[in-house]
Amino acid sequence: MSESHDTKNAHAGHADVDHHVRAAYYVFGSLLVLTGFTVGAYFLHLPHKLAITLALLIATVKGTLVAAWFMHLVSERKMIFWMLGLTAVLFFPLLLLPTLTVLDRIMLR
Amino acid sequence: MGLETAVAHGAAHDAQHEELGFWRKYVFSVDHKMIGIQYAITGLLFLLFGFCLMMLMRWQLAYPGAALPILGTLLGEARMPGGTMLPEFYNELGAMHGTIMVFMGVVPLAVGGFGNFVLPLQIGAPDMAFPRINMASYWSYFVGGCVMLASFFVPGGAAQSGWTSYAPLSVIAGSGQTWWLIGMVFLITSSLLGSINFIVTTIQLRAPGLSFWRLPFFVWAQFVTSFLLLLAFPPLEGAAVLQLMDRLAKTSFFLPSGLVVSGQVLEVSGGGNPLLWQHLFWFLAHPEVYVLILPAMGIVAEVIANNTRKPLWGYRSMVYSLMFLGFMSFIVWAHHMFITGMGTTMAAFFQTTTMIISIPSVVILSALVLSLYGGSIRFTTPMLFALGFLPMFGIGGLTGLPLGLTAADIHLHDTYYVIGHFHYVVAPGTIFGLFAGIYYWFPKATGRLMNETLGKIHFAGSFVFMNVIFMPMFIMGLAGVSRRLYDGGASYAHAQPVLQWNVVSSWGAWGLALFQIPFIFNFFWSIYRGKKTDANPWHATTLEWSAPSPPPHGNFLTPPAAYRGPYEYSVPGAASDYSPQWEAAKA
Amino acid sequence: MSMEIPYTVDVRPDTGLTNGKLGIWLFLASEVMLFGALFASYVMLRVGAHEWPAGATYLNIPLATLNTVILISSSVTMVLAWASLAKRDFSRFRVFMGITILCGLGFLVIKYFEYTSKFHHGYFPATNTFLGVYFTLTGLHGLHVIGGMAVNGYLWGPGSALWKTDPVHFTNRVENAGLFWHLVDLVWIFLFPILYLL
Repeated sequence: MSESHDTKNAHAGHADVDHHVRAAYYVFGSLLVLTGFTVGAYFLHLPHKLAITLALLIATVKGTLVAAWFMHLVSERKMIFWMLGLTAVLFFPLLLLPTLTVLDRIMLR
Repeated sequence: MGLETAVAHGAAHDAQHEELGFWRKYVFSVDHKMIGIQYAITGLLFLLFGFCLMMLMRWQLAYPGAALPILGTLLGEARMPGGTMLPEFYNELGAMHGTIMVFMGVVPLAVGGFGNFVLPLQIGAPDMAFPRINMASYWSYFVGGCVMLASFFVPGGAAQSGWTSYAPLSVIAGSGQTWWLIGMVFLITSSLLGSINFIVTTIQLRAPGLSFWRLPFFVWAQFVTSFLLLLAFPPLEGAAVLQLMDRLAKTSFFLPSGLVVSGQVLEVSGGGNPLLWQHLFWFLAHPEVYVLILPAMGIVAEVIANNTRKPLWGYRSMVYSLMFLGFMSFIVWAHHMFITGMGTTMAAFFQTTTMIISIPSVVILSALVLSLYGGSIRFTTPMLFALGFLPMFGIGGLTGLPLGLTAADIHLHDTYYVIGHFHYVVAPGTIFGLFAGIYYWFPKATGRLMNETLGKIHFAGSFVFMNVIFMPMFIMGLAGVSRRLYDGGASYAHAQPVLQWNVVSSWGAWGLALFQIPFIFNFFWSIYRGKKTDANPWHATTLEWSAPSPPPHGNFLTPPAAYRGPYEYSVPGAASDYSPQWEAAKA
Repeated sequence: MSMEIPYTVDVRPDTGLTNGKLGIWLFLASEVMLFGALFASYVMLRVGAHEWPAGATYLNIPLATLNTVILISSSVTMVLAWASLAKRDFSRFRVFMGITILCGLGFLVIKYFEYTSKFHHGYFPATNTFLGVYFTLTGLHGLHVIGGMAVNGYLWGPGSALWKTDPVHFTNRVENAGLFWHLVDLVWIFLFPILYLL
């Protein structure tokens, strides 16, 4: 069965893979640069809230690159997107609501 | 694959199957039916054990400080000196009763047992998508269960900080709590593996013609339940890791600064937050209660459609309600924490989501009730339990409303009212649904019917005594009697007028136990002596009834397909009062 | 005893997925919630703390940066390992998978040096909440690195026998293992700035 797959999709498949590999190299380069930014931003000694925002922003961009190209999400099926979308929607209440319930009672910096 | 190939394939598999030794066939099986039975039997045993723990507690609650004859002395001086229960032992029983019932009894039976056995059959699949992971999930559960049982025998006894294991008490508690945390890690792993299997199986292994909107409601219920398990359990696993770190590595995730224990300041770094534990725990534990109820609703829906000989009323609304309920269940958790001092904004948020989540529950219950209207009702034992479920779940659900309203919750929280509320939903609610399922699918699993007379006795007695146990708890709760008091409130002035209800509940519990005997006897006796039956004794429409009873390895003799919806009963113009999903339309 | 479960190797037409692909993504979703809970704990504890040390007070930023680069590189080599299989080049797969595993090992070795250095200075999880969070989060992440290495090692070694009998199935397995490995990388991408730089 795999042989018939091979003969049918050999050329198309290989070109696809090459495209994927090339994208991976670009992403690799971008990730290295962004890592540099992350560490560089640290040395800027920004005010606290700005530092957190910037760090999370850069990390989100890096994470998105990994998810989109290394994990191949750009060409993934709808089903997977729905699952991940649901997870993302539930992730944020988990992350934020506990702190929000105690926010009015604790000291903020 | 042609028909002949499939049949030969099945036969070849059967031939291979005959070569499997005892251990591979019955113990380390990868067949979903065997695994389902393993889950079901283990779950039922744990339910019985958890029930026994409660019956012991009910002696102390009815007759605080009185010596328990015979059994009291058997349990030893460490726990029941002179036959009277120590408060520490009461707490142990309480914490383990809850833990065992929820995590080792109901969910393994409802999801592991019924889900594993029925789901692949109902979608026309040969097995689960990942049979070996399925086996691993059962054994992870088994190990977790053993760890929990073993914890009774460690110095200091089993966990005693409630099934909720609130910090800081749980962090400073004896070694039994560590065993509890380790046991939970195994149980959670089991659930995660199982939920992945269920979701992939439902999406990928549906028979030809079985679109999502032709799935039986039971499958939808298990599908949504699996998402709840998949996404809600990991935070509790994380929390368990953090509590283990606090207990073993002396960190302070949950220990606040300056905590004083027995007159001495605790030597820890401090800076932790006990509320963090509560948030992480309830993030799981609230969806968990929907894990407890949804499979039972699924079973009740199947039994009602079959025994009214008509389609479910509002099937689509029920499915949409399931999805909405599942989603909302993730954002209501802090209604278990209204009294922890959160600000009015957040309290209002959780009160609002909690009120909203009652809507899909009402839709589902109403649809089930409306499904009875105009039906040709057969009062078989499964149907009796399904019918009993409806008002019991109704009471359970309605009594939840005052608890979800912050103002009323101030008075009712942590009282017997809460215990009454959730037991109504789980005990005469879910467990009745599970009993319905056992009587309903027993013939599929064994090829024999359970005895109807014994079943009706089981139902009647259970229905009466469930109400005898739990109805008085609302009275006690409204009077302000707190839960988890080892003397049942006897030392409080405000409890005195309602204390006698403890006696009523206790005799109810012991009465309920008596009426389980016909069930236990019926279950085992019918395996060997029950009336033999064919593939479809209930004249049902869903795919599992096209397989032989019991189904062979691979389930179906010919690869099934679905040609219609799941509840085509009493179709106008049809030859009989049911049109099975697997039968092609004639001309 | 194997059962003919459909869509183990071929995709189901209407979903376009194999069972394994869907399964691994669901597992990753659960892992997101696991680490989410730990990040949520970090947020709640830090926001509620009177004082919170800067990462640099206790932690070695250059070493962690190196570790970040190592993990990112291992993610690339993981993609290349899968790509080699997709182009039917088994020996290249072994090279790239081997490098991926070695990178993982390198990450763990650096972590070992980091941890022992902390202990040497008397910094333990019990010392304060920051260190408790640091050790627990990186420790759990480290366990995932070990798990990923175990799976990758199996696929590099004994598991690669499947290549001869069912190359498509084996390629899918490597792809799915790669998804897990990328998640490990992804978690570190967030852990690194949060713990070390903020």
